[in-house]
Amino acid sequence: MVGLATVFGAGGGTSSYKEIEETDIILLWGSNAREAHPIYFHHLMQGLQNGARMYAVDPRRTSSSKFADLWLGLELGSDVALANTVANYIITNDLHNKDFIAHSTTGFDAFVESVREYTLERGEELTGVPAAAIAEMARAYATAETAQILWTLGITEHHNAVDNVLSLCNLALLTGHIGKWGSGLVPLRGQNNVQGGGDMGALPNKLPGFQDVSDPDHRAKFEAVYGRPIPPDEGLHLTLMFEAMERGEIIAAYVIGENPADSEADIAHARKLLRGLELLVVQDIFLTRTAELADVVLPASVGWAECDGTVTSSERRVQRVRAAVTPPGQAHHDQDILRDLAHRMGYPEWGDPTPEDLWEELRHLSPMHAGMTYQRLEDESGLQWPCPDIDHPGSPFLHGWLWEDDLGGRAGAPFSAVVAQGPKEELTVEFPLRLTTGRALDSFNTGVQSGAMNSPIRYGNALDMNPVDVARLNLADGETVRVSSPRGSVTMPIRVQPDIPVGLTFTTYHFPELVDINLLTNDAWDKRSGTAEFKAASIRVEKLVSA
Amino acid sequence: MTVLEPRSTETLVSLTIDGRPVTVAAGQTVLDACSAAGVDTPTLCYAENLTPVNACRVCVVEHEGSRTLIPSCSRKAEEGMEIKTNSERVRHSRKMVLEFLGSGVDMSQATQLHSWMEEYGADPSRYGPDAERINEPVKIQDDLYIRDYDKCVLCYKCVEACGDDAQLTFAIAVSGRGFGARISTEYDVTLPDSACVYCGNCVGVCPTGAIQFKTEFDLRQAEQWKPEEQTITQTICSYCGVGCNLEMHVQDNTIVKVTSPSDHSVTHGHLCIKGRFGWTYVQPTINRK
Repeated sequence: MVGLATVFGAGGGTSSYKEIEETDIILLWGSNAREAHPIYFHHLMQGLQNGARMYAVDPRRTSSSKFADLWLGLELGSDVALANTVANYIITNDLHNKDFIAHSTTGFDAFVESVREYTLERGEELTGVPAAAIAEMARAYATAETAQILWTLGITEHHNAVDNVLSLCNLALLTGHIGKWGSGLVPLRGQNNVQGGGDMGALPNKLPGFQDVSDPDHRAKFEAVYGRPIPPDEGLHLTLMFEAMERGEIIAAYVIGENPADSEADIAHARKLLRGLELLVVQDIFLTRTAELADVVLPASVGWAECDGTVTSSERRVQRVRAAVTPPGQAHHDQDILRDLAHRMGYPEWGDPTPEDLWEELRHLSPMHAGMTYQRLEDESGLQWPCPDIDHPGSPFLHGWLWEDDLGGRAGAPFSAVVAQGPKEELTVEFPLRLTTGRALDSFNTGVQSGAMNSPIRYGNALDMNPVDVARLNLADGETVRVSSPRGSVTMPIRVQPDIPVGLTFTTYHFPELVDINLLTNDAWDKRSGTAEFKAASIRVEKLVSA
Repeated sequence: MTVLEPRSTETLVSLTIDGRPVTVAAGQTVLDACSAAGVDTPTLCYAENLTPVNACRVCVVEHEGSRTLIPSCSRKAEEGMEIKTNSERVRHSRKMVLEFLGSGVDMSQATQLHSWMEEYGADPSRYGPDAERINEPVKIQDDLYIRDYDKCVLCYKCVEACGDDAQLTFAIAVSGRGFGARISTEYDVTLPDSACVYCGNCVGVCPTGAIQFKTEFDLRQAEQWKPEEQTITQTICSYCGVGCNLEMHVQDNTIVKVTSPSDHSVTHGHLCIKGRFGWTYVQPTINRK
């Protein structure tokens, strides 16, 4: 989101799902959408059936990659090198969109310089992808009438996540594949309301509707409604919060619907910091591992099945959730818990708003939501922001201003010179294998929700390894091994998986109660996005010595 | 420079349904025209989120000038068509189709068909008690869904949803010929050993209960399945960020199954294993105390 906001001024996916059905070229980059976003993949497969060609860029030959015309199995973490090589090839072969670049972008000359060293030969050396494959993808993308780049955590869970995103944005600016129907940049969001959370101002530097907290006019608008001054300083994102805990600057935390005691990278360290807090309040639907550490647990109801409200999807579609069942026991709706808390803290003005009352307040404070009444969300099966007034149909795609004669009064979108860096953690003699993590089709995150389903296709907590590595270590399929990184060590079974390249291993993070995989992952993180490098740690796999 | 907008074509076609003039968009079917004219048409193998396969022939209508009856679900509406939906020939054909299906298959849970059987006077029992049945026990291999081949009318909907109409998984197809034809995985292996990804989109389109949610099956076995007491609430899936629309079917404050509206732009009625089956954690009695 930080990368997209830097280039285009808005941190949202640019395109509608329908557009992938009508596009010509698809670059699926660091995303296993077939398993992580299966219904989006339906739209994508429709596009393939309609004649689109797909290039899959992923260190693993994922189930999604198998639907591609070409799989580019790059070295883990060499995404910027590949993107820069593609850019250089497009420029040196005169395939870039010169009219668009002149009219709609800035910083092109410096960008040309920055990618000059990324020749096909150098690109092949840095990424491990054959030069001919890089050239084919570059040519297909540049010469297509419409083309989209899709990505997920394979791009963003790296220490240089923002650089990765910026390097993909460069490709769109180079070719003009942005701001028109069928073309765009599509980050697929991992959680059902991660887009909505950002929209509602759950970011350290934003008020609802992506309005800057540092802007006095924006603050004044909210202060007039809230009747209280709003601090002008930026807050902290999650990673910085943990660093502040370490320095003793944060001594209390109120955690709502998040399980950091299982989900953070370098988890032993994160748990120690949570335990060291003077006060930890956890509001959740389960007694999660984080809740077990808490001084106070507030049982909450299930947002999508027991409450009314809205969520926002990866195509910026705001949709209604509705209560289908009543919550058990002492569980209460989040907004009721917060209301009671506000009243007890001496703020009776909070009143007793319904979810729709809260939405109406938002609608009058956030211009991009202004046209979205509950009635319209109901009648029109959701609406895509921006939707600035009651007659506005919503926005299927973003950044059409790039094609307007006066750029809608804005400055052009900037190219970004980005230097390739590998993963933070180098391979060593002691830790010679790469570990990357991800999702499996039938499971989700730390398994808090998906764990209750008895899935017949769940293969569990195995470490996927290439047969060559398995043979070299004299291991057998299913054998339990010790897996160690510089931070910790776990025991888990291995699974022989020919789709994993030699030297790379993979596992999911869905089963923390079976394997505490985040004991191994690296918490090196991107200063700009706050995302840790879950995707690349160095590990060693050893045979267990039988007693 | 030009901004490319969504492609759209809106040519209109005029025809008559039982003498009444109707206008639909070019590309719409005779069935769409019948619906626009307010005519209820029986369908079995048709679904609005699947490509018609013309397997069941229960939706046939009479087209002035055609030698044979035409399937309304797949035939595109044409300018000047004269369609009869209630002629003796149409009624007789629909009656025979429903009777033949009913004579060999257990249609007790195909509730939508019951009113049509009444409408056309279809009486499968007149073919006698000896009409052949598959007569095999219900396949229960996991906690998500069951297969009851006695209820299968071979409408192909599950095959299409698993294949190129939605999932592109191709875990199932029709194997065998004639009365031996049946829906099968490759070499009849169990579902977890097949390509099946347990999206349940086959369950979502099955018109007869031959493929059925295990939750529904268990309640029916216990004679506790009470559709008349169930509420259906639309909400959004709690897993990834695609934002799939769910219809929560709730009985006694308990979720009993999940479907998706086939006319929604996000899902077209199709879900993945998490959306369709991943709601178990909400059930208070099981997981939240």
